[in-house]
Amino acid sequence: MIKIVGLYKSFGATPVLSGVDLEVRRGETMVVIGQSGSGKSVLIKHLIGLLKPDRGEIYVNGTEVSRLRGDALQKVTRKFGLLFQGAALFDSLTVGQNVRFGLERYTSHTDEEMDGIVSECLAKVGLRGIERLMPHELSGGMKKRVGLARAIAYSPEVMLYDEPSTGIDPIRADAINDLINVMKTELRVTSIVITHDMVSSYKVADRIAMLHDGRIIEIGTPREIQDSRNPVVQQFIRGEAEGPIKIY
Amino acid sequence: MAFFPRPRHTIMFLEQLGEVGILSGRTLRSILRRRWERGMLIRQLEEIGVRSLPVVLLTAAFGGLVFGLQTYIGFHRYIGPGSEVYTGPIISLGLSKELIPLLVAVMVSGRVGSAMAAQIGTMKITEQIDALYSLGADPVRYLVAPRTIASVVMVPCLTMVGDLMGMVAGYFYIVIAMGVNRHVYLQNTMLYLEIWDVATGLIKAAVFGAVIAIIGCWQGLKTRGGAEGVGRATTRTVVISSITILILNFFLSKAMPASLGLK
Repeated sequence: MIKIVGLYKSFGATPVLSGVDLEVRRGETMVVIGQSGSGKSVLIKHLIGLLKPDRGEIYVNGTEVSRLRGDALQKVTRKFGLLFQGAALFDSLTVGQNVRFGLERYTSHTDEEMDGIVSECLAKVGLRGIERLMPHELSGGMKKRVGLARAIAYSPEVMLYDEPSTGIDPIRADAINDLINVMKTELRVTSIVITHDMVSSYKVADRIAMLHDGRIIEIGTPREIQDSRNPVVQQFIRGEAEGPIKIY
Repeated sequence: MAFFPRPRHTIMFLEQLGEVGILSGRTLRSILRRRWERGMLIRQLEEIGVRSLPVVLLTAAFGGLVFGLQTYIGFHRYIGPGSEVYTGPIISLGLSKELIPLLVAVMVSGRVGSAMAAQIGTMKITEQIDALYSLGADPVRYLVAPRTIASVVMVPCLTMVGDLMGMVAGYFYIVIAMGVNRHVYLQNTMLYLEIWDVATGLIKAAVFGAVIAIIGCWQGLKTRGGAEGVGRATTRTVVISSITILILNFFLSKAMPASLGLK
């Protein structure tokens, strides 16, 4: 479904991705873990054309998409739903208008149908009846869930979750994990989840990939990752300050 | 040698000119395709036009008064007492061709251009611009094109209102305050003021409108680095657009014929 081959990206003189290779199969949930600033968000932004690679290719259903522009890129973007780390709600629009935004552009539903989908998506993330509120009236966790409702509203084939559980209480975070699993089992959505949260990772992942020093250094099922002999992986999944990853 | 720009600065200047050129081209293409975001356009027409009206009226009124004051003094001192009745066409011409378009554009750039940079800049740093892309909305079409159309339409409208206000203020100072003959003042104004004089100012205002919107949006879209970045974008917008307007004003005045002989 998605294949990333030799992806390089630098910002000025700072290399962020240094040859990432990753393949995500149709219908699977791939969790990408890694330290803060390791380039996880940069990686998923390449998939929908928000960033262009310095080198390397990205294939979606066999089509190389990293150099597409305009309408051709939009056809690919239509397949993706992205939950942003900070929700990225449009602050001049109401919650309802935010959730409708992609529906209006990507689908040909009538107004009534769109209203129904908006309510349904908000209900799925546990926020029934808040269509008329403005984003500034919501808490951080609520914004995140509205962001999720907006991303799933137009039924994308691939969901990209950037830190879905950050800023949400553990119970809500678990509900989001359930929703990610429901998207996979009921709607056969392919998912890429960027997270630090190992509890979430083990719950939603079919496979976990660890990004370190700009490359994928380990990939496998949650069991295989837990049993990894790579000290970098072990330090990260155990959350230990001491180890090969230097934090100071 | 120190007076000449360094090669690095020249390259940066050309790069920025290129960025503005590309953004202008994309905006024009988006406008010509006519797939306009109507809701956003109406909101911007209100924001730029209706909400700028009080400040434009106030600026034009005092611009007209001070122009009337100095023209009166000039005529009285250098041509002689009694010549003040001929100030009408000078005031109207100066206001409609130069002073009001310039004052309105600078005021709108301070009020609206800076707001555009701040809004779009905040959207940029909070990933809302990325969200637009991901939800199938081209930011140029959704954000820049409606602001540019609204600015190109509304700055001339505001200038027209400002012209009227300025002329009324000039009339008030010369005729009501200084007691110059009303009939001769008005007769001279009607005799020498051409429609083209007013049109020149409006054409310039439309160009200034485009400059304000493009520079505000350009600075907003290239904002980086949190609240400080938004502040920098806002300040740069006002400085760059004001300077551009002042320079363009001279060249546009020079390029356009002084008279078409139309009354």
